[in-house]
Amino acid sequence: MELHTLSIHEARTALDKGEISPVELTNALFKRIDSVEPKIKAYVTIAREHALARATDAEGRIKNGDRGLLLGISLAVKDNMCTDGIRTTCSSKILENFIPPYESTVTQKLKDQGFILIGKTNLDEFAMGSSTENSAFGRTHNPWDLETVPGGSSGGSAAAVASDMCIAALGSDTGGSIRQPASFCGVVGLKPTYGRVSRYGLVAFASSLDQIGPITKNVRDSAMLMNIISGHDPDDSTSAPIAVPDFTSGLGRDIKGMRIGIPSEYFIEGIDKEVEESVKQAIRKLEALGAVPVEISLPHTGYAVAAYYIIATSEASSNLARYDGVKYGARTEGNDLLDMYMKTRAKGFGAEIKRRIILGTYSLSSGYYDAYYKKAQQVRTLIKQDFENAFKKADVIVTPTSPTPAFRSGEKTDDPLHMYLADIFTISVNLAGVPGISIPCGFSSGNLPIGLQIIG
Amino acid sequence: MQYESVIGLEIHAQLSTDSKMFCGCSTKFGAEPNTQTCQVCIGMPGVLPVMNKKAIEYVIKTGLAVNCRIAPYSRFARKNYFYPDLPKGYQISQYELPICEHGFVEITVDGITKKIGLTRIHLEEDAGKNIHEGAGSHSFVDLNRAGTPLMEIVSEPDIRSPQEAAEFVKKLRAIVRDIGVCDGNMEQGSLRCDANVSVRPVGQKELGTKTEIKNMNSFRFVEKALEYEIKRQIKILNEGGRIVQETRLWDSNKGITESMRSKEEAHDYRYFPEPDLVPVEVDNAWIERIKEGIEELPDERKQSLIQHGLPEHDANLLSINRSSSDLFKKTVNLGSSSKSVSNLMIGDLRRILNEENKDFDECPLGPEHLDGLLKLIENGTISGRIGKTVLEEMYKTGKHAESIVKEKGLIQVSDESEIEKVVDEILSKSPKEVERFRAGEEKLLGFFAGQIMKATKGKANPKIVNELLRKKLGN
Repeated sequence: MELHTLSIHEARTALDKGEISPVELTNALFKRIDSVEPKIKAYVTIAREHALARATDAEGRIKNGDRGLLLGISLAVKDNMCTDGIRTTCSSKILENFIPPYESTVTQKLKDQGFILIGKTNLDEFAMGSSTENSAFGRTHNPWDLETVPGGSSGGSAAAVASDMCIAALGSDTGGSIRQPASFCGVVGLKPTYGRVSRYGLVAFASSLDQIGPITKNVRDSAMLMNIISGHDPDDSTSAPIAVPDFTSGLGRDIKGMRIGIPSEYFIEGIDKEVEESVKQAIRKLEALGAVPVEISLPHTGYAVAAYYIIATSEASSNLARYDGVKYGARTEGNDLLDMYMKTRAKGFGAEIKRRIILGTYSLSSGYYDAYYKKAQQVRTLIKQDFENAFKKADVIVTPTSPTPAFRSGEKTDDPLHMYLADIFTISVNLAGVPGISIPCGFSSGNLPIGLQIIG
Repeated sequence: MQYESVIGLEIHAQLSTDSKMFCGCSTKFGAEPNTQTCQVCIGMPGVLPVMNKKAIEYVIKTGLAVNCRIAPYSRFARKNYFYPDLPKGYQISQYELPICEHGFVEITVDGITKKIGLTRIHLEEDAGKNIHEGAGSHSFVDLNRAGTPLMEIVSEPDIRSPQEAAEFVKKLRAIVRDIGVCDGNMEQGSLRCDANVSVRPVGQKELGTKTEIKNMNSFRFVEKALEYEIKRQIKILNEGGRIVQETRLWDSNKGITESMRSKEEAHDYRYFPEPDLVPVEVDNAWIERIKEGIEELPDERKQSLIQHGLPEHDANLLSINRSSSDLFKKTVNLGSSSKSVSNLMIGDLRRILNEENKDFDECPLGPEHLDGLLKLIENGTISGRIGKTVLEEMYKTGKHAESIVKEKGLIQVSDESEIEKVVDEILSKSPKEVERFRAGEEKLLGFFAGQIMKATKGKANPKIVNELLRKKLGN
């Protein structure tokens, strides 16, 4: 048995039976990291000492009969969630040496279950991007083909899970940042309903869209992690005060009679033929298992990318204002206050961040607000209504996660608009606030994974 | 040309909640810099605000006290600008949907009562403070105040004079202190006031170009700054010039307003709804509960004082806070006449308090003190003039009037023969003045009376002194 390939569920079972120990498991993962990380570069920070200490501690606790759902299990966390005492960079120079003095709610919940933080994973700077190429600390490679991107922005987490450098990971998803990399890397990525998981401690990109979710080797692990990280948090007013169901209770149930909605707008020109075929095959498989396909319409899909890039950049322009060199993070000295601000931000932020701050600042400016931000919010309401109407006819909606399999590194870096279109199938889900999951549904002829998105 | 001024005020009142608006840090004034901070009010990456419900309650309470409509649904917005004392790079405030709208307060100036409309009351967080002293070429930032709840009250441009403006601020201060939502301390900055002011020819409908005046941290400065600014604007217009729309700072040392930034330099705050907070929903049950916590307001007190027999002017002054009104009523209940109590309180007592920079609620004298003093004056034991001395002594020592009068031998001399001796003595010492008086220089009566009071150390009954003087000098 190769220990690093274990899922959460398998590792839990083996640990509880005493077949393996937390130290063995953690060592196996570090051995794996030592061998593949130099090629993949999924991590910004590898917390080796911390993890081994925690593993030893977990070993003792298990012997004492302690039972935590994640006791002794190593997870990776995207480097935009604050971890007390462990560097949190958002893959940005401006936070290169930032060590949070507090713990995010999600990682605290994982800690409460005894998890081991094995490392912080790479991302597009401040989660802005779809390829994990926009990182101040170098790009991450797709384990299936090192020349292609792992997707983004949670590319580090997806690549680490896909290459068995952790048992599972957390990502964050603002416009597809969990699902698209999960699809590119052939793993399972879930973006929960907005408000289901606390955002406290998640470094904000676009507050009304950001949501933390699991990236796992299978659906069971995803459900297990959701059971742990979900729920109302008094520190996050936007987290929903709604009871958390047992997400594992639905596993293995049959889908006879389930109506699966297929939006006509999602099988459009420009979609990769192999992706389309693979997704259609998956739909046929669901049909064979008793599900009933229904054609549905999401008529405002065409406006989603535009609305998203106005709302997300507007919020981002405000969220990123705090990185001003005054209180924490990198500062570049200047002749006066304004000069210090400008030099700090010019040096601290990458090109994509600057582009989005400029876009967002423009959209919110007096005289433009109504034409851009307000209009985008109106479109958002229409998109939400699209989903409400669709769910009158269908129980779930099935789409491709991404129009193509993983693209080659550098292919879209000079073409932001094309890059933005990589999120075309995932963005509406964030705007509507509904949950979406990407699960593997096949491979391209180039042996790259293809993802199926199920929206609930 | 005759001009009239048009003034609108913005009052910032720091709410007297124990903790900050979005975190649990203390709001206490005067702590060591940056000791009352946490990751939330420092604006660390990833933190989120959580609303202090008490702050919302305080704003609703204020809204109810000033006749506002309380919005069933309101929300917060971000006001974006860069400054070192603003840790997040934006201030959480309200923009489109404030908690309170469409209220008014009544003010009385020169016996005329008028309504000043209130556009809105909203809730926002305060910024920290930049400290430039002792930092060399750098500046220090103290974030203790960052995140303290601040209520902004915006008036309609209904104010027509600096006196009205000062009255308006006094009235609002009295109300927020009354209902316990703000301590009203203008020097420490718990209550701050900005004004928008313009002038226009009397009779003209359109408004003139306005300027915004900041930094007026007392009632007196509100009045002075506006007087100065109105004169400045009228002078410019009379000389054929044009008013520049700008923000001006009141300099209390120089007694002038000075340009701070022009309209072109004004910030574009890029307001948008705060996505980290859910909208505030207020139902009637909540409003009713808050209403129950509001006791008598200044206007109600004024009415009750008028019913106690006070003229409007006196009632207006004494109703401004609960302690002055209570002191008045309790003293009257002990038997003193309402007019004499009111005269004493509005006159000498208020003067002493003003000198000490104190308010009626900090007055060490109780109704027994005032009543005791007034009784001694009324029954002729002491003169009104000696009364002033006794009042000051009471204020200083807390002793009652009777014992002060006894200890200091201040009892009024009403024995005619005793006073007559002094009168004769003074008149015989001043033959020239007596002659001038007889020649028609009547005002010298005051001179003689003064001399007599001086000789008797103020103890002579003034009524008798006057009578005797008239008799002796008269024909």
